[in-house]
Amino acid sequence: MPELERHSFDVLVIGAGGAGLRAAIEAREHGMRTAVLCKSLFGKAHTVMAEGGIAAAMGNVNSSDNWQVHFRDTMRGGKFLNNWRMAELHAQEAPQRVWELETYGALFDRTKDGRISQRNFGGHEYPRLAHVGDRTGLELIRTLQQKIVSLQQEDHREFGDYEERLRVFQEFTVTDLVKDGDRIAGAFGYWRESGRFVLFEAPAVILATGGIGKSFKVTSNSWEYTGDGHALALRAGASLINMEFIQFHPTGMVWPPSVKGILVTESVRGDGGVLRNSDGKRFMFDYIPEVFKDKYADNEEEADRWYTDQANNRRPPELLPRDEVARAINSEVKAGRGSPHGGVFLDVSTRLPAEEIRRRLPSMHHQFKELADVDITAQPMEVGPTCHYVMGGVEVDPDTGSSSVAGLYAAGEVSGGMHGSNRLGGNSLSDLLVFGRRAGAGAAEYVRAMTDRPVVSEESVTEARATALKPFQQEGGENPYTLHMELQQSMNDLVGIIRRAGEMEEALQRLEKLKERAQSLTVEGHQQFNPGWHLALDLRNMLLVSECVAKAALLRTESRGGHTRDDHPSMDAEWRRKLLVCTASGDGAVVEEKPQIPIRSDLLDLFDRTELEKYLTAEELA
Amino acid sequence: MSYQGKFRVWRGDDSGGALEDFTVEVNEGEVVLDIIHRLQATQAPDLAVRWNCKAGKCGSCSAEINGRPRLMCMTRMSVFEESETITVTPMRTFPIIRDLVTDVSFNYTKAREIPSFAPPKDLAPGEYRMQQVDVERSQEFRKCIECFLCQNTCHVVRDHEENKEAFSGPRFLMRVAELEMHPLDTADRVDQAQDEHGLGYCNITKCCSEVCPEHIHITDNALIPMKERVADRKYDPIVWLGNKLFRRP
Ligand SMILES: Cc1cc2nc3c(=O)[nH]c(=O)nc-3n(C[C@H](O)[C@H](O)[C@H](O)COP(=O)(O)OP(=O)(O)OC[C@H]3O[C@@H](n4cnc5c(N)ncnc54)[C@H](O)[C@@H]3O)c2cc1C
Repeated sequence: MPELERHSFDVLVIGAGGAGLRAAIEAREHGMRTAVLCKSLFGKAHTVMAEGGIAAAMGNVNSSDNWQVHFRDTMRGGKFLNNWRMAELHAQEAPQRVWELETYGALFDRTKDGRISQRNFGGHEYPRLAHVGDRTGLELIRTLQQKIVSLQQEDHREFGDYEERLRVFQEFTVTDLVKDGDRIAGAFGYWRESGRFVLFEAPAVILATGGIGKSFKVTSNSWEYTGDGHALALRAGASLINMEFIQFHPTGMVWPPSVKGILVTESVRGDGGVLRNSDGKRFMFDYIPEVFKDKYADNEEEADRWYTDQANNRRPPELLPRDEVARAINSEVKAGRGSPHGGVFLDVSTRLPAEEIRRRLPSMHHQFKELADVDITAQPMEVGPTCHYVMGGVEVDPDTGSSSVAGLYAAGEVSGGMHGSNRLGGNSLSDLLVFGRRAGAGAAEYVRAMTDRPVVSEESVTEARATALKPFQQEGGENPYTLHMELQQSMNDLVGIIRRAGEMEEALQRLEKLKERAQSLTVEGHQQFNPGWHLALDLRNMLLVSECVAKAALLRTESRGGHTRDDHPSMDAEWRRKLLVCTASGDGAVVEEKPQIPIRSDLLDLFDRTELEKYLTAEELA
Repeated sequence: MSYQGKFRVWRGDDSGGALEDFTVEVNEGEVVLDIIHRLQATQAPDLAVRWNCKAGKCGSCSAEINGRPRLMCMTRMSVFEESETITVTPMRTFPIIRDLVTDVSFNYTKAREIPSFAPPKDLAPGEYRMQQVDVERSQEFRKCIECFLCQNTCHVVRDHEENKEAFSGPRFLMRVAELEMHPLDTADRVDQAQDEHGLGYCNITKCCSEVCPEHIHITDNALIPMKERVADRKYDPIVWLGNKLFRRP
């Protein structure tokens, strides 16, 4: 057996998206020797794809905006299931986190008076999203990447070594966390390039691994989104919450087939784009739910006036929260009023001058021209729902990002609670920064207060190695690609945007069978940059996480946010008081109910009683 | 709608390799990366390829398609004849790891050599004020997705390993220009560009701009203006000082 490569750090950050990089910066600035591990090249994590913007109540465009308004919008968007403390911290701290990016060198689009410009987005009462055209994620990740480089340059000046206190290990996959008793002791994984194994010893690990979308067939997510962090947390003994809530973004590309699912940013609607069915009708006016009737215009004239006069008009219904719009599109298509390729029409060409479209939505213009031969300045786009974001994730302490396992932290999409049952657009990028920073600080404090360091046992290393090598040891088993396709199809068809008990039961049966078949996968070739092997290892995570999603979704007998039950179509105030918590058991998952933490009274006071009556039980209101 | 396409894909590692022939299904609307994925799923499960977003946003899947540096995810199959044999090879300027994957660490080394943004000391976070027209130049350069196709194609390093030490390449000279044109950056970057990052090696043949999938005008908007600043500086240091001091407020 070749010698095992070993490294030792104070804080290990798994993931180099917005959350991971911000956490690493914080840990390093607290004096911790910090490592960042990521599956792709540095600077290419999923965050790079974010388009529309980052939500922060800076009040640059409308000075009535403040953290309380942002907090209210976030809670409404999540149908009051959010962890209120996270929503509070997020709304309060987001502006500072955005301004801080400017000190790292970020260049956002500007207002006339030279401040950071802010755009409208679904569910946000005021223009709130700081942006750079429609490539905000690229700006975010590049800025953080460059900040990391600047910290490394500091170390180079001080110690002659760029990597003295902050090192990035790219194209590296973590397969298991290792523990010493109840505490985290490090992580085990392989270099994608060589396939060689590495053990990282570290008393604190921050999970910032993003989401789970690759378990679904139609998704806006990249190959990285195999739910690794969710699964690592489960196997280490931590719990996940809200896994039944998956956001299907209303507007993904539907044609050509090879790009099906690729995102069409919500900014198209924020900047004036409208949805039409095959009769040419702006159908969203027919889908305004009761709880939102006072906030959304019920006729085209008022909706159109809103773009120039927000004080005296209600918002266009195209800007309802994403779950509402996705369901509406789904219904239109089902009713036979869809577009030729099974979506609906999203049109900005008749709403803005061509020049303006190219300036505000350059990457959408590029994407449609290059990939679909559609010129969005002259033609409507065809769009339909796509699996986009998982609200569920590791249950954490809001202030420090700590999970229930000592030394294990989580931030970003892999954590749960902040967004409740549905995330508002733009609230993820701000979440990454606010809670990435908090997790970095939390982990640093934990390490500082520690008296004795955990030790990694040889057995745990041997076991992790054996698990990772298993697919090479078997002959005549199945190809991992076949299993992956079947998993995606099952989740898409049976635990997708509209759910029914019978179908989810069937999904769970299929998952059981897939799990069995996954025991005997065979991969060809050797360990060096072998995508078949990588997928075989990722499948273990996808199967475990999919089981959580299906089990939680089956239990929750109501419809709320990113969880729509055909057989239980209404929202139930009793269910708002319950969280579904997933933990690992054997090689599967169990899901149990747990009471939701009641909202602090001064935060409840920010809402009208009539609004609260729509969400809370009589008992809670008494 | 679908047909059997002919592909030749380079397979091998740092010890050598060769083009391998494949016949593979191609469907309407697909891009080259779809075909590479189909090869993985059906014929060559260990075919190494680097990719991520598959939407032209992350810059991972750079390769040479029929000899032309391109992103595989943004190259539609419809630009080729059905009868054509499509050749996919790894980027030539960087060392091979395996199959279509190259070692791009050169670029990360160069990135580290460029001094970072130097923020104004007198402004607190939240106090930055900049006009849209003044940020637009640097914003154009910040569209860069770091696919490194410009680095790959630049003839200064493409077949000249010996120049890699002294020359940062178009991507990172553009980064210097971006910082130089940042309205609030306080560092002087003109001499550095010439002396430390090898701006003088560039003889503005615009190959970099031609292959840029983001259509950034690397040569016209970044490299030539930097060269002009260097030239101005040589003859008239006062010009530089004036440029730095009397900016728009
Ligand atoms: C197309 C698109 C557009 C979006 N637009 C917006 C928007 O405009 N505004 C907004 O707020 N949100 C947006 N979102 C959502 C937002 O981009 C994501 O939720 C967010 O970027 C997630 O960031 P993260 O830091 O949690 O994870 P990521 O950026 O996904 O990073 C995850 C990291 O973890 C690493 N990793 C994962 N598993 C492992 C492992 N096993 N070992 C080692 N490393 C691992 C990955 O390599 C990666 O570096 C968008 C999402 C998509 C898909």
